[in-house]
Amino acid sequence: MAEPASLKVSVWRGGEQGDFARYEVPARANQTVLDVVTHIQRELDPSLAYRFACRVGMCGSCAMTVNGRARWTCRTHVRKVVGADGELELRPLANLPVIRDLAADLAPFFDKWQRAQGRFQPKDAPDGAVPEDFVVVPPASKARREADAGIECIGCAVCYASCDVVAWNPDYLGPAALNRAWTLVNDVRDGAHGDRLDAVAGDAGCHSCHSTQSCTERCPKNLDPSSAIAGLKRRLFWDTLLGRR
Amino acid sequence: MSTRGQTHLWVVQRVTAMILAVAVLVHLVTIIGAVRGGLSAAEILGRTRGNGAWFAFYAVFALSAGLHGAIGLRNMAAETIGLRGRGADIAWLAIGLVTAGFGIRAAYGLFA
Repeated sequence: MAEPASLKVSVWRGGEQGDFARYEVPARANQTVLDVVTHIQRELDPSLAYRFACRVGMCGSCAMTVNGRARWTCRTHVRKVVGADGELELRPLANLPVIRDLAADLAPFFDKWQRAQGRFQPKDAPDGAVPEDFVVVPPASKARREADAGIECIGCAVCYASCDVVAWNPDYLGPAALNRAWTLVNDVRDGAHGDRLDAVAGDAGCHSCHSTQSCTERCPKNLDPSSAIAGLKRRLFWDTLLGRR
Repeated sequence: MSTRGQTHLWVVQRVTAMILAVAVLVHLVTIIGAVRGGLSAAEILGRTRGNGAWFAFYAVFALSAGLHGAIGLRNMAAETIGLRGRGADIAWLAIGLVTAGFGIRAAYGLFA
């Protein structure tokens, strides 16, 4: 697509209540959306609040809503998302409180990782001490492959902002926390499977997921939280039906 | 409701869905068979009256449909209009059982 000489960028300014400000930003080759935001803050309006750290798709801190869709802005090229007339619309992530401008408050997102027991609990050392011996985990085993499929999450909250169920039910744990729980349920070294399955069950947990797969569609790391949630449902279904819990 | 109770509701909805998948098929095939050559009350009653198997089938069908529908409506009401809580849960359970009761009563009417 031919690139326009300049971009017309609408940027959300303010908190929950606010409005769009418009900026004209020079278009450049290989420009990312984060480059655009940085240009605005450094050259046009130093009061603009936004968040980033690594700039290479590792830290998960620069996610925003770009033209209506949650994306990691450091790895999103402008030419892939810009309209024909050079229009870009930037908002903070949806489904989260707005701190200011493009910075959303991720505290509720990470609180839910805790609620979903998204932390490793060594099986033979419940107090968190180092276990006495190594556990042999065959990399090709089914459980380990399930766990490996979900462990590259960078916690960017793109899935959480894209999830309809979070929008409908603010208590819903969300795709990332449930994906994390599923990796731990498949970790043979972990000793808190029962508690964790209790934590992720029910209306605020995996059972509310509609499997519409926006999380899987939009995960910048190409993870599949939707399948992880389906795995939790399957495990809880059989455990409940067979009286194992 | 406890998360364990909510999990049980989900399991009930999935199991009733499996039952309904078979029951609806049997129901449709029966309808298509029954209307061939004209439909009469005498023909229907001839098939169902005193037949324990048909009564058991329709009783299970009605119970599954009642519970499945009420659990689904409970989820939809919670997500779309925020109707949640103990009172709503009791109401949905009652609606499910009453719906199933009507169905079972109708099946019994054809059996007795």
